[in-house]
Amino acid sequence: MLIMIKNRKEVPKMKFDCIVVGGGHAGCEAAHISAFMGAKTLLITMNQKNIADMPCNPSIGGTAKGIIVREIDALGGLMGRVADQSHFQIKMLNSAKGPAVRSLRAQADKITYPQNMFHELKNTKNLELMEGTVEDIIVEKNKIKAIVLNNGQKIETETLILTTGTYLKSNILIGNENTEGGPHGEPRSHYLSDNLKKLGFEIQRLKTGTPQRIKHSSIDFSKLKEEVGDNEYYTFSWDHAPSYKLNEQQKCYLLYTNEKTHNIVLSNLDKSAMYGGYVTGIGPRYCPSIEDKLVRFKDKERHQLFLEPESLFYDEWYLQGFSTSMPRDIQEQMVHSLEGLEHAIITKYAYAIEYDAINPLQIKPSLESKVIDNIFTAGQINGTSGYEEAAGQGIIAGINAVLKLKQKEPLILKRNEAYIGVLIDDLVTKGTNEPYRMLTSRAEYRLLLRHDNADLRLRDIAWKVGSITKEQYEATRKKKAQITELMDLLKKEKIKLNEENKSKLKKYNIELSSSKSFYELLKRPDINLKIIAEFLPLPFDELMKEQVEIAIKYEGYINKTERDVERMLKLEEKQIPEDIDYDKIKNIASEARQKLKKVRPLSIGQAARISGVNPSDISILAVYLKKEYSKNDGRDL
Amino acid sequence: MEKTICAISTNPGNGGAISIVRMSGPASVEITSKIFSNKSFLMAPTHTIHYGYIVSDGEKIDEVLVMKMLSPRTYTTEDIIEINCHGGMSTTNKVLELLILNGAELAEPGEFTKRAFLNGRINLLEAEAVGDLIEAKNDKARALAMNGVSGSLTKLIQDLREKIVTLLANIEVNIDYPEYEDEKVITHENILPELKEISLSLQKIVKESENGKILKEGINVAFIGRPNVGKSSLLNAFLEEEKAIVTDISGTTRDIVEGSVNLNGILLNLIDTAGIRDTEDIVEKIGVDKSKKLLDSADLVILVLNSNEKLTNEDRDLLTKISTKKSIIFLNKNDLESKIDEEIYQYPNITIGNTTSIDGILPLKNKIIDLFHLNEIESKDMNYLSNVRQVTLAKKALNNIKNVEQQIQENIPIDMLEIEMKEAWNNLGLIIGATYEDELIDNLFQKFCLGK
Repeated sequence: MLIMIKNRKEVPKMKFDCIVVGGGHAGCEAAHISAFMGAKTLLITMNQKNIADMPCNPSIGGTAKGIIVREIDALGGLMGRVADQSHFQIKMLNSAKGPAVRSLRAQADKITYPQNMFHELKNTKNLELMEGTVEDIIVEKNKIKAIVLNNGQKIETETLILTTGTYLKSNILIGNENTEGGPHGEPRSHYLSDNLKKLGFEIQRLKTGTPQRIKHSSIDFSKLKEEVGDNEYYTFSWDHAPSYKLNEQQKCYLLYTNEKTHNIVLSNLDKSAMYGGYVTGIGPRYCPSIEDKLVRFKDKERHQLFLEPESLFYDEWYLQGFSTSMPRDIQEQMVHSLEGLEHAIITKYAYAIEYDAINPLQIKPSLESKVIDNIFTAGQINGTSGYEEAAGQGIIAGINAVLKLKQKEPLILKRNEAYIGVLIDDLVTKGTNEPYRMLTSRAEYRLLLRHDNADLRLRDIAWKVGSITKEQYEATRKKKAQITELMDLLKKEKIKLNEENKSKLKKYNIELSSSKSFYELLKRPDINLKIIAEFLPLPFDELMKEQVEIAIKYEGYINKTERDVERMLKLEEKQIPEDIDYDKIKNIASEARQKLKKVRPLSIGQAARISGVNPSDISILAVYLKKEYSKNDGRDL
Repeated sequence: MEKTICAISTNPGNGGAISIVRMSGPASVEITSKIFSNKSFLMAPTHTIHYGYIVSDGEKIDEVLVMKMLSPRTYTTEDIIEINCHGGMSTTNKVLELLILNGAELAEPGEFTKRAFLNGRINLLEAEAVGDLIEAKNDKARALAMNGVSGSLTKLIQDLREKIVTLLANIEVNIDYPEYEDEKVITHENILPELKEISLSLQKIVKESENGKILKEGINVAFIGRPNVGKSSLLNAFLEEEKAIVTDISGTTRDIVEGSVNLNGILLNLIDTAGIRDTEDIVEKIGVDKSKKLLDSADLVILVLNSNEKLTNEDRDLLTKISTKKSIIFLNKNDLESKIDEEIYQYPNITIGNTTSIDGILPLKNKIIDLFHLNEIESKDMNYLSNVRQVTLAKKALNNIKNVEQQIQENIPIDMLEIEMKEAWNNLGLIIGATYEDELIDNLFQKFCLGK
C-alpha cells in the first residue's frame, strides 16, 4: 500500500499516501507524523510564511493545554520540542495545588516558533511542502481520490487530512465592517466548505476573536503589575534539556478595566459586530469578548487584563482579555481608558472572525469522517479552539491516516489515557456548537492524566503504532524500571530506630513507636523524599522521585480513580453492534433515539455520555442489546 | 422464555369486597384457561372482560370476572390476566394457589413494576414511585408516593447538587484560570462551613427519610414468645380493637402479616411468628420461608412473657436473642399475681399489661409511640426520599461529604477534595436519574467571568 521511499525519485507523478490541507498547528503535526511513519506526505498551505502561525495569543500550553503539549510530545509530535526552543518565559501553573492540575505555559515567540517549526518540517523525510489553495475534492466509491487546487491542478492521494483552521469561507468583523478573508488579511477558501456540504458534510458557522496589539514604546509600564516567569527550568519535551536562560525571561504585565472603560463599551454596544447583530457564528463562552463580559457580569467592578510581548523581534504587545468587535474609533477610546495605556498606539485592532466548520458528530473516534472514507479532519474545522487542541487532533489524524493505509486498527485514546482522548471523545460524542476548549474539569480522571506522567502513559502506545523512535521508547522503559526499583526499595527498607535517627526525626516532629518502612513513612503528610534521603541513599533522578512520591502520597485517591476507570471501561466493553437499528428499540425517548442514530456510539459507555440520552434510555438500550445480541455470550449487560 | 408470575394485587389486610389476582407473562392466557369455566375466553380479543367460574376438580371455587389484556399494550408490556374474585380472602388465596399449581410463579414484591421497567415501559424513577403508590397503605403514604411522581423530591436533590456544583465550579475556575485574581479562591478554611451546611441538610434528609419509610411501609412488628404466654390473644386484642379484617383461615395466611392496624396514622404490620413451622402446602411453604426472613427484618420485636410465671430457659434464650433488635418486653397477664423473677426489670423497655381488660394493651401502644416518635412524624416529612435505594444513595453522599471534611483536616490539596465531592454530586444525581459532567461545565461559564 505504501509507496516505498526508495522509489520516490522515480515517481514524479503527483500521487501521495497522505495529503494534509493547512499548515497550522494541526496540519504541522499531522503532516510530520504521517511522514515519520513512512507515508509519502504532502502538506499544502496557502502561504508558507504562515506555517505554525499564532494568530491569537503568544503562548503555548496553559492549564490542561500544557498537558496536551506533553502528550503530543510523548506521541512523537513537534509542538513541545518547538515550543522549548522558542519561548521567552515559562511557568508551572497551579504549582501550589495538587499534582493532577499542574501544567506548563510558555510565552512563545511569534517569529521564532513558526521558524523553528518550518525548519522541523523541512527536515522531515517523506514530507513535501507546497503552496496552494484547495477548493474541491474528488471522491470515488465514497473514498477520497484527489484534491483540486484553485488553479485546477489535481493531486491524487490515498488519504486526506483537512486542517483548514479558520480559513473556510471566513469573514473578519470589526464593528459593522465585514471583510472576506482569514487572519492577517490572508485570502480564504471560498468553495471548499460548499463542496464538502455537497458530499454530505454538515457545515456550521463558528466565531472567535482576538484582542488589540499595542506598540511597546507607547505603554506606561510603571503603572502595571509585573508577572514574571518561574525561577526553575522546565521543558515540555522529554527528549532534551532546557535551552533558555532563567534570567533572560521576559516579563508580562497585569492591568484592569475600570468604570470609564465599562461606560464606553456599554454606551456603544449597538456598534459592536456581535451586539449589532452582524455576527451569525456562535462564539466560545470561555473566550468572551469584553462586551460579553460586561453585559453578562454587570456587577463586576473591574475585569483583569494581561499585556504580553508577542516577540523579541518586533515591538507589539498582546492585550489579553480585551477581545472585541467594536469599530476602530470605539476601540481607541476603550484602550485609552485603561491605566498605563492612556497614550497607547494600537498597531492592530481587535476583530471577530467567522468561519465554517463541520459537525464533529460526523467524525469517528479515529477522526476519520463518517461521510467519506479516508478523509480525516483535525483542529478548528472540527469545532475546537486553541493551538494545543488542534495539534493534539492533528497528530492523531496523522497516525490514523497511516494506520488506515496499513489496514491496521486506529489509535483511539481512552478518557483515562490522555486529555487528547477526552477531547476527541467529547467532540465525536457530544458534538459542539461553540469552539471547544480543553479544561481540566472536562477530564474526570485527571488525577491519572498528569503532565508529569504523559510519557509513562503514552510512549508504549506510541511505540506500538510506530510514531516514536527506538531511543524515545527505550528512555521511557528505563525510566519505568527505575520507578519500580525506587518503589520496591521504599517498601522493602525500614527505618532503623537508633538514637541518631530518632533525633533526626524529632527535627520534623515525628516520633515512631516501632520501625516503619519508608513507604509507610512517606505516606505521612509532613514527610517527603528529600527528608527520607537523610536516612536512605536515593540515587535516582528527580523525575523518578516525583513519580514515586505522587504514587505513594496520593495512592488512595489514585486507587479510587482507577476504580472509577474500571467501571467506565466495563461500560466501554459493552459494544454496540455497528448494524444496530435504533428504530427497532421500543420505548426509547425520541430525542435519545435521534442522538443515538446520529452519533452511532461504539459502546454503552459512549452512549451514556451523549447529552440528551438519559439513564433510562441506556437501561432500555442495554436490555435490548441483551435480548437481541448476547444470546450466545453469557456476558451480563 | 420469561416466567409467568402471579400475585394478589389488592391489599389483603385492608379489605374490600373484591380482590384481584394478577398474572403476567407468556403463559397467562393458557394457565387461566385451564381453571376458567368460560370457554370463549381463550380465543377472545385483547382488552376484554369475561364472566365465569374458577373451577378446580369440577368444584366451583369462585364467581369471577376475568380481564384479558394481550401484549404489548399492558402495564408490563406482556400478556396480563386479572381475575376479580368475590369470595373473600380465603377463596382469593385458593385462586392464587390454583394458578401456581398450573404453572405460574408467585411474584416477588414489585416484580410487575420491575418488568414494566425492564421492558422499557417506564423509567426508573417512575418505577419507584409507581411501586410506592401501589404499596401505599394509608393516606400519608399515598401523598408521599405522589410527591415522588410529581418531582418535589427531585427539586430537593437538585438544590443540594446545585450547592455542590457551585463549589466544584469555583474550584475548577481556580484551577483552569489560576491567574484570575478577582475570582474567589476556595481554601480549606472557606470551604469547610459550606460543606458543614451541605452535610447538615443531608443528615436531615436521611433522618427524615427514615421516617418516610415508616410512613410508607409502616412498622413491622413481630410477636415472639413461647407457647401459651398469650401471643395470639395479644394479637387479637390489637386487631379487634381496630376492627381490622383478620385473615383467620388456617393454612391460607400465606401473607405473614396477620393484619395491619393504624396507630396514630402509622401502620403497624403485625407478624405472628407462630406461623413458622414445617409444611407441605406449596403456597404456605413460600410463606414460611418468607416469615423467617421477615422476623430478621422486623422493625420491632415484642417479646411476650407471662408475669404470672417464673422465667424459663426458653424465655432467657429469647431475651438474649432480642438484645440486638429494637424491642419491647411485654409482661402479659398483669391481672394475675406477679410471679416473674425480679431480674426482668433490669431490661429496657419493659411494659406491663393484659389482653383481658379494655385498656390492657394501652401501655404497650404508648411504648411503641414513644419508641418510634410517632407523635413527631408529620406531613412535612412527605417530601423526603421514600425508598431504600434512594436513602442508601443519600447516605453515601453524606458519607462522601464527611470524608471531604476529614481530608481538609489532613491538609489534602483542594483539587483532590473534588474527587469525593463529585462522587457526592453523582450519588445525588443517581437518585434523580441525572448525572452529566456537562452541568459542571455549564455552571462554570454561567457563574464566572473568564477568558482572554
